[in-house]
Amino acid sequence: MDLARDIALGALGVVAVVTGALVFRVDSMARATYLLAASFVAVGASVVLLHLDYVGVVVVLMMLMEMAVMGVYMVMFMGMNPALMPMSMVHSGRRAVIAAVTCFVLLAVGILLVPWPTRTEVPTSALPSSSEATTYALGDALMGDHMLVMMVVSQVMLATIVAGIVIAQARGRYERLGDDLKGGSR
Amino acid sequence: MTLEAVLIVAAALFSVGLYGALSQQVVVMVMMGLELMLNGVVLAAAAFWWFTAPAPSLQALLVVVLAAMTVEMAMGFAVATLLHRTSGADMTDMAGDLRG
Repeated sequence: MDLARDIALGALGVVAVVTGALVFRVDSMARATYLLAASFVAVGASVVLLHLDYVGVVVVLMMLMEMAVMGVYMVMFMGMNPALMPMSMVHSGRRAVIAAVTCFVLLAVGILLVPWPTRTEVPTSALPSSSEATTYALGDALMGDHMLVMMVVSQVMLATIVAGIVIAQARGRYERLGDDLKGGSR
Repeated sequence: MTLEAVLIVAAALFSVGLYGALSQQVVVMVMMGLELMLNGVVLAAAAFWWFTAPAPSLQALLVVVLAAMTVEMAMGFAVATLLHRTSGADMTDMAGDLRG
Protein backbone atom coordinates (compact mmCIF):
# COMPACT_ATOMS: atom_id res chain seq x y z
CA MET A 1 0.00 0.00 0.00
CA ASP A 2 2.75 2.42 0.96
CA LEU A 3 4.75 1.56 -2.15
CA ALA A 4 1.76 2.13 -4.42
CA ARG A 5 1.11 5.46 -2.70
CA ASP A 6 4.76 6.49 -3.09
CA ILE A 7 4.73 5.64 -6.79
CA ALA A 8 1.49 7.57 -7.27
CA LEU A 9 2.90 10.55 -5.34
CA GLY A 10 6.05 10.55 -7.46
CA ALA A 11 4.10 10.32 -10.72
CA LEU A 12 1.74 13.12 -9.65
CA GLY A 13 4.72 15.26 -8.63
CA VAL A 14 6.29 14.83 -12.08
CA VAL A 15 2.95 15.64 -13.76
CA ALA A 16 2.50 18.75 -11.59
CA VAL A 17 5.98 20.14 -12.34
CA VAL A 18 5.96 19.27 -16.07
CA THR A 19 2.50 20.73 -16.72
CA GLY A 20 3.43 23.74 -14.57
CA ALA A 21 6.55 24.36 -16.65
CA LEU A 22 4.66 23.88 -19.91
CA VAL A 23 2.28 26.70 -18.88
CA PHE A 24 5.00 29.16 -19.84
CA ARG A 25 6.15 27.24 -22.92
CA VAL A 26 2.99 26.70 -24.96
CA ASP A 27 2.02 29.34 -27.48
CA SER A 28 -1.61 29.95 -26.58
CA MET A 29 -3.21 31.16 -23.38
CA ALA A 30 -6.03 28.63 -23.51
CA ARG A 31 -3.54 25.76 -23.50
CA ALA A 32 -1.64 27.48 -20.70
CA THR A 33 -4.85 27.68 -18.67
CA TYR A 34 -5.64 23.98 -19.17
CA LEU A 35 -2.06 23.00 -18.29
CA LEU A 36 -2.20 25.06 -15.10
CA ALA A 37 -5.48 23.35 -14.21
CA ALA A 38 -3.80 19.97 -14.79
CA SER A 39 -0.94 20.99 -12.50
CA PHE A 40 -3.41 21.96 -9.78
CA VAL A 41 -5.34 18.71 -10.15
CA ALA A 42 -2.09 16.77 -9.75
CA VAL A 43 -1.20 18.71 -6.60
CA GLY A 44 -4.74 18.28 -5.25
CA ALA A 45 -4.52 14.52 -5.81
CA SER A 46 -1.12 14.49 -4.07
CA VAL A 47 -2.65 16.31 -1.11
CA VAL A 48 -5.43 13.69 -0.99
CA LEU A 49 -2.77 10.96 -1.03
CA LEU A 50 -1.17 12.72 1.93
CA HIS A 51 -4.48 12.04 3.76
CA LEU A 52 -5.75 15.62 3.63
CA ASP A 53 -8.91 14.72 1.74
CA TYR A 54 -10.86 17.89 2.38
CA VAL A 55 -8.07 20.31 1.45
CA GLY A 56 -7.16 18.28 -1.64
CA VAL A 57 -10.72 18.25 -2.96
CA VAL A 58 -11.07 21.98 -2.24
CA VAL A 59 -7.85 22.69 -4.16
CA VAL A 60 -9.12 20.77 -7.21
CA LEU A 61 -12.60 22.33 -7.21
CA MET A 62 -11.40 25.86 -6.53
CA MET A 63 -8.68 25.79 -9.15
CA LEU A 64 -10.88 24.29 -11.86
CA MET A 65 -13.35 27.12 -11.30
CA GLU A 66 -10.57 29.67 -11.28
CA MET A 67 -9.20 28.40 -14.58
CA ALA A 68 -12.70 28.62 -16.07
CA VAL A 69 -12.88 32.26 -14.93
CA MET A 70 -9.45 32.88 -16.44
CA GLY A 71 -10.67 31.47 -19.76
CA VAL A 72 -13.66 33.81 -19.79
CA TYR A 73 -11.45 36.71 -18.74
CA MET A 74 -9.05 36.16 -21.60
CA VAL A 75 -11.82 36.09 -24.17
CA MET A 76 -13.27 39.28 -22.62
CA PHE A 77 -10.16 41.42 -22.46
CA MET A 78 -7.40 40.02 -24.58
CA GLY A 79 -9.19 40.87 -27.79
CA MET A 80 -8.22 37.67 -29.52
CA ASN A 81 -9.14 34.05 -29.76
CA PRO A 82 -6.83 32.74 -27.08
CA ALA A 83 -6.97 29.19 -28.38
CA LEU A 84 -5.75 30.10 -31.83
CA MET A 85 -3.46 33.08 -31.36
CA PRO A 86 0.17 32.04 -30.95
CA MET A 87 2.11 34.31 -28.67
CA SER A 88 5.45 34.84 -27.12
CA MET A 89 5.14 37.46 -24.45
CA VAL A 90 8.25 37.27 -22.34
CA HIS A 91 10.50 40.02 -21.08
CA SER A 92 13.80 39.73 -19.27
CA GLY A 93 13.53 35.96 -19.78
CA ARG A 94 17.19 35.30 -19.08
CA ARG A 95 17.17 37.05 -15.72
CA ALA A 96 13.95 35.27 -14.79
CA VAL A 97 15.52 31.88 -15.59
CA ILE A 98 18.56 32.72 -13.48
CA ALA A 99 16.35 33.85 -10.57
CA ALA A 100 14.19 30.70 -10.79
CA VAL A 101 17.16 28.32 -10.98
CA THR A 102 18.90 30.11 -8.09
CA CYS A 103 15.70 29.91 -6.05
CA PHE A 104 15.34 26.18 -6.75
CA VAL A 105 18.98 25.41 -5.92
CA LEU A 106 18.79 27.35 -2.63
CA LEU A 107 15.53 25.65 -1.65
CA ALA A 108 16.83 22.19 -2.62
CA VAL A 109 20.07 22.65 -0.67
CA GLY A 110 18.08 23.78 2.36
CA ILE A 111 15.67 20.85 2.02
CA LEU A 112 18.48 18.32 1.80
CA LEU A 113 20.64 19.82 4.57
CA VAL A 114 18.04 20.49 7.27
CA PRO A 115 17.58 17.57 9.67
CA TRP A 116 13.78 17.41 9.49
CA PRO A 117 11.93 16.02 12.48
CA THR A 118 9.98 12.82 11.93
CA ARG A 119 6.89 11.63 13.70
CA THR A 120 7.27 8.41 15.58
CA GLU A 121 3.88 6.89 14.90
CA VAL A 122 0.86 7.41 12.71
CA PRO A 123 -1.96 8.87 14.79
CA THR A 124 -5.26 7.10 14.50
CA SER A 125 -6.98 10.23 13.21
CA ALA A 126 -4.67 10.29 10.19
CA LEU A 127 -4.76 6.64 9.20
CA PRO A 128 -5.96 6.02 5.64
CA SER A 129 -8.90 4.03 6.94
CA SER A 130 -10.16 7.03 8.88
CA SER A 131 -9.80 9.93 6.48
CA GLU A 132 -13.24 11.07 7.62
CA ALA A 133 -11.69 11.61 11.02
CA THR A 134 -9.12 13.95 9.49
CA THR A 135 -11.84 16.06 7.92
CA TYR A 136 -13.82 15.97 11.15
CA ALA A 137 -10.71 17.09 13.06
CA LEU A 138 -10.31 20.07 10.75
CA GLY A 139 -13.94 21.09 11.21
CA ASP A 140 -13.64 20.59 14.94
CA ALA A 141 -10.51 22.76 15.05
CA LEU A 142 -12.03 25.54 12.93
CA MET A 143 -15.17 25.64 15.02
CA GLY A 144 -13.29 25.19 18.30
CA ASP A 145 -9.70 26.02 19.20
CA HIS A 146 -8.88 27.65 15.89
CA MET A 147 -12.06 29.64 15.39
CA LEU A 148 -10.01 32.84 15.19
CA VAL A 149 -8.60 31.55 11.87
CA MET A 150 -12.07 31.12 10.46
CA MET A 151 -13.21 34.52 11.72
CA VAL A 152 -10.20 36.35 10.28
CA VAL A 153 -10.46 34.50 6.95
CA SER A 154 -14.16 35.35 6.66
CA GLN A 155 -13.48 39.05 7.33
CA VAL A 156 -10.71 39.04 4.71
CA MET A 157 -13.05 37.36 2.21
CA LEU A 158 -15.74 39.99 2.83
CA ALA A 159 -13.20 42.79 2.43
CA THR A 160 -12.03 41.15 -0.80
CA ILE A 161 -15.56 41.05 -2.22
CA VAL A 162 -16.12 44.74 -1.42
CA ALA A 163 -12.67 45.83 -2.62
CA GLY A 164 -12.96 43.78 -5.81
CA ILE A 165 -16.25 45.43 -6.72
CA VAL A 166 -14.99 48.93 -5.83
CA ILE A 167 -11.83 48.53 -7.91
CA ALA A 168 -13.38 46.85 -10.92
CA GLN A 169 -16.64 48.76 -11.34
CA ALA A 170 -17.13 51.42 -13.98
CA ARG A 171 -16.87 55.05 -12.95
CA GLY A 172 -20.06 56.22 -11.27
CA ARG A 173 -22.00 59.39 -12.07
CA TYR A 174 -20.35 61.37 -9.28
CA GLU A 175 -16.97 60.66 -10.82
CA ARG A 176 -18.17 61.57 -14.30
CA LEU A 177 -20.20 64.67 -13.43
CA GLY A 178 -18.58 66.02 -10.26
CA ASP A 179 -19.98 66.30 -6.76
CA ASP A 180 -22.92 68.51 -7.84
CA LEU A 181 -23.74 66.27 -10.80
CA LYS A 182 -23.59 69.32 -13.09
CA GLY A 183 -20.02 69.26 -14.32
CA GLY A 184 -18.86 67.80 -17.58
CA SER A 185 -16.81 64.73 -17.94
CA ARG A 186 -13.64 65.08 -15.90
CA MET B 1 8.22 8.75 -0.40
CA THR B 2 10.06 10.93 2.05
CA LEU B 3 9.41 14.46 3.19
CA GLU B 4 12.47 15.67 1.28
CA ALA B 5 11.22 14.27 -2.05
CA VAL B 6 7.84 15.98 -1.76
CA LEU B 7 9.51 19.22 -0.68
CA ILE B 8 11.81 19.08 -3.73
CA VAL B 9 8.72 18.78 -5.96
CA ALA B 10 7.17 21.73 -4.12
CA ALA B 11 10.38 23.75 -4.55
CA ALA B 12 10.35 22.97 -8.29
CA LEU B 13 6.74 24.18 -8.56
CA PHE B 14 7.62 27.35 -6.63
CA SER B 15 10.63 28.05 -8.85
CA VAL B 16 8.71 27.50 -12.08
CA GLY B 17 6.03 29.87 -10.76
CA LEU B 18 8.72 32.42 -9.91
CA TYR B 19 10.02 32.24 -13.46
CA GLY B 20 6.51 32.84 -14.80
CA ALA B 21 5.76 35.72 -12.44
CA LEU B 22 9.03 37.46 -13.37
CA SER B 23 9.10 36.82 -17.10
CA GLN B 24 5.53 37.03 -18.39
CA GLN B 25 4.16 40.22 -19.88
CA VAL B 26 0.44 39.50 -19.85
CA VAL B 27 -1.15 40.28 -16.49
CA VAL B 28 -3.13 37.02 -16.42
CA MET B 29 0.01 35.00 -17.09
CA VAL B 30 1.78 36.76 -14.21
CA MET B 31 -1.14 35.70 -12.01
CA MET B 32 -0.69 32.13 -13.26
CA GLY B 33 2.92 32.28 -12.07
CA LEU B 34 1.84 33.48 -8.63
CA GLU B 35 -0.76 30.70 -8.47
CA LEU B 36 1.90 28.14 -9.30
CA MET B 37 4.08 29.45 -6.46
CA LEU B 38 1.18 29.09 -4.03
CA ASN B 39 0.57 25.62 -5.47
CA GLY B 40 4.05 24.64 -4.28
CA VAL B 41 3.34 26.13 -0.85
CA VAL B 42 0.16 24.02 -0.53
CA LEU B 43 2.04 20.84 -1.44
CA ALA B 44 4.87 21.64 0.99
CA ALA B 45 2.44 22.37 3.83
CA ALA B 46 0.54 19.12 3.17
CA ALA B 47 3.82 17.18 3.21
CA PHE B 48 4.84 18.84 6.48
CA TRP B 49 1.48 17.92 7.94
CA TRP B 50 1.69 14.25 7.05
CA PHE B 51 5.39 13.60 7.62
CA THR B 52 5.98 15.62 10.79
CA ALA B 53 2.86 16.46 12.77
CA PRO B 54 -0.57 15.25 11.59
CA ALA B 55 -2.47 17.59 13.94
CA PRO B 56 -5.48 19.76 13.07
CA SER B 57 -3.51 23.02 13.59
CA LEU B 58 -1.56 22.71 10.36
CA GLN B 59 -4.75 21.88 8.47
CA ALA B 60 -6.06 25.26 9.61
CA LEU B 61 -2.88 26.83 8.20
CA LEU B 62 -3.64 25.19 4.85
CA VAL B 63 -7.10 26.75 4.89
CA VAL B 64 -5.36 30.14 5.31
CA VAL B 65 -3.15 29.42 2.28
CA LEU B 66 -6.24 28.55 0.23
CA ALA B 67 -7.85 31.81 1.35
CA ALA B 68 -4.71 33.69 0.27
CA MET B 69 -4.98 32.07 -3.19
CA THR B 70 -8.59 33.18 -3.47
CA VAL B 71 -7.80 36.75 -2.43
CA GLU B 72 -4.88 36.91 -4.86
CA MET B 73 -7.07 35.76 -7.71
CA ALA B 74 -9.97 38.11 -6.92
CA MET B 75 -7.83 41.20 -6.42
CA GLY B 76 -5.67 40.35 -9.42
CA PHE B 77 -8.71 40.13 -11.68
CA ALA B 78 -10.10 43.36 -10.22
CA VAL B 79 -6.87 45.29 -10.79
CA ALA B 80 -6.51 43.84 -14.29
CA THR B 81 -10.09 44.92 -15.06
CA LEU B 82 -9.32 48.44 -13.77
CA LEU B 83 -6.16 48.59 -15.88
CA HIS B 84 -8.03 47.52 -18.97
CA ARG B 85 -10.84 49.96 -18.28
CA THR B 86 -8.64 53.00 -17.69
CA SER B 87 -5.79 52.53 -20.14
CA GLY B 88 -6.68 49.55 -22.28
CA ALA B 89 -3.62 47.77 -20.95
CA ASP B 90 -3.41 44.01 -20.69
CA MET B 91 0.35 43.79 -20.42
CA THR B 92 2.54 44.68 -17.45
CA ASP B 93 4.83 46.88 -19.55
CA MET B 94 1.87 49.06 -20.55
CA ALA B 95 1.06 49.83 -16.92
CA GLY B 96 3.84 52.24 -16.08
CA ASP B 97 1.85 54.81 -14.09
CA LEU B 98 3.93 54.31 -10.97
CA ARG B 99 7.27 54.19 -12.77
CA GLY B 100 9.72 56.50 -11.00
